Amino acid sequence: MTAFIIYKAIMCGAVFLLCLGAAAYATLWERKFAAFLQDRKGPSRAGWGGLLQPLADGVKMFMKEEIIPNVSNRSLFILGPSIFMVTAVITSSVIPWAKPVLINGVTYDLQITDINIGVIYLLGVASIGVYGIMIGGWASNNKFALLGAVRASSQMISYEIPMGIALIALIISSGGSLSLKEIVEGQDVGFANIVWQPLGFLIFFICALAETNRAPFDLPECETELVGGYHTEYSSMKLGLFLFAEYINMFISSAVMATMYFGGYNFPFAHELYAKLGLADGSVWISLIGFGALITKIFGFICLFMWIRWTLPRFRYDQLMNLGWKSLLPLSLLNLAITVAVEYFRGNIHF
Amino acid sequence: MQLTNRKVVVSNKVQSFAERLYLPAIAKGMVITASHLFKKSPTIHYPEQKRPIAPVYRGQHVLKRDDAGAERCTSCGMCAVACPAEAITMTSGERKKGEEHLYREEKYAATYEIDMLRCIFCGLCEEACPKEAIFLTDRLVDTQFERKDFVYGKDKLVEKMNERIDVTKRQTAAVLEFKKTLGLKHNELFDANKLNKGNH
Repeated sequence: MTAFIIYKAIMCGAVFLLCLGAAAYATLWERKFAAFLQDRKGPSRAGWGGLLQPLADGVKMFMKEEIIPNVSNRSLFILGPSIFMVTAVITSSVIPWAKPVLINGVTYDLQITDINIGVIYLLGVASIGVYGIMIGGWASNNKFALLGAVRASSQMISYEIPMGIALIALIISSGGSLSLKEIVEGQDVGFANIVWQPLGFLIFFICALAETNRAPFDLPECETELVGGYHTEYSSMKLGLFLFAEYINMFISSAVMATMYFGGYNFPFAHELYAKLGLADGSVWISLIGFGALITKIFGFICLFMWIRWTLPRFRYDQLMNLGWKSLLPLSLLNLAITVAVEYFRGNIHF
Repeated sequence: MQLTNRKVVVSNKVQSFAERLYLPAIAKGMVITASHLFKKSPTIHYPEQKRPIAPVYRGQHVLKRDDAGAERCTSCGMCAVACPAEAITMTSGERKKGEEHLYREEKYAATYEIDMLRCIFCGLCEEACPKEAIFLTDRLVDTQFERKDFVYGKDKLVEKMNERIDVTKRQTAAVLEFKKTLGLKHNELFDANKLNKGNH
């Protein structure tokens, strides 16, 4: 029992640190990548080639004056960024990071918890995240912040529906399990789910952009119309939490997409490679290589997120709603219908 | 009825489904941004790398000494008169016995100040100077925190003998020759004959 608790504690700590570290360096990479796309150099002064920039940004955020408006609801004002940050981090708990390791005859899953409703947990926690924005924006007692919060919540509700339907299609085609571990193991041999669900992936990807409030769906913090959007009244590290949680969200949703559609820690010809290297099942090296593959996929998705952000202008609000309700929702229903029909004729579904 | 012929028919066509998905247009845009990944950035990392500047760049001034180390400036005030920004002020002093190695002529500038915030670096002081004493150099004026620190006195303007400032790029032979041209204002003023006649 003690060993179990220690193992879980180590897993939690490691995943927590991984999320924070990855998000911190995603902020640096965002600035660097934006610079490369715009023929600039990006931050290069702090540390070796700018490597300490996230640290400098963090120190700056902490040193700034903390202002809590008199007219705001103080406790809710503090609760907003906390909820946003917490929900961003706890999404990581169902993601399988690598193949299980066998140490002294005991198998350790490299996943904090493998709950059998992992996909539903992900959707649920992701939608709680918007409460952070909503509460924070509303408690600010500021028109712009409230408008930003209202936009965030309506956007979240609109895009959750096609996202959920795309996931239903994925689950039907991948064998009916809601556990992320089983979804990944299903892609161990054979093709990754993207091959069977290209349209579903496209819908999921667009919705993931919207759920993480990334451009071109960053209307909640639309500075041209709403000053700063839902975080207009926030300063110091509370603002930092809002901004930082966006990067954690981006990291986690990249991990989810890599896991669900791109085979997670599996990669093409993995078994041939392991056999050639003479690695047995449960070896630490297999886990490390698999983890490397997953991180590479996540990095690719993060680059794609950033590439999109520095290419596309922001949607107008009616365009956002049109896209969500008139294009993505019918498309996702079509995708679901096709998937169900195909699986029915393959004999995988019985009515 | 048509009052002007400026009427334009604006295209108001309904978007097709593919256009409403935005995807082809998005792909096009992303190819454009990605192509910039492979372009050379024109950035110059300033303190480490410097952009080459013109040989006749007009930067911070220097008050030259002659080869023996005596200040060339005689505090005639021509530069202050020529200065369109009124950035130059000075007071004169009389050379005492034993100071010949410090000042080239009997009169010298006891104080000499240039307000670098007023200065527009036009170079007219240099053009006006009959003694080849003031030059603009290719040095940049440092940044300061307070306005008063931008008023440069003799301590900053007069060149040090151990680190002499090269002004040959500005004081070329052609320039020296040109300065001798009669009819130039300062040559006229210091023309002994005209001075005695007192017709100015």
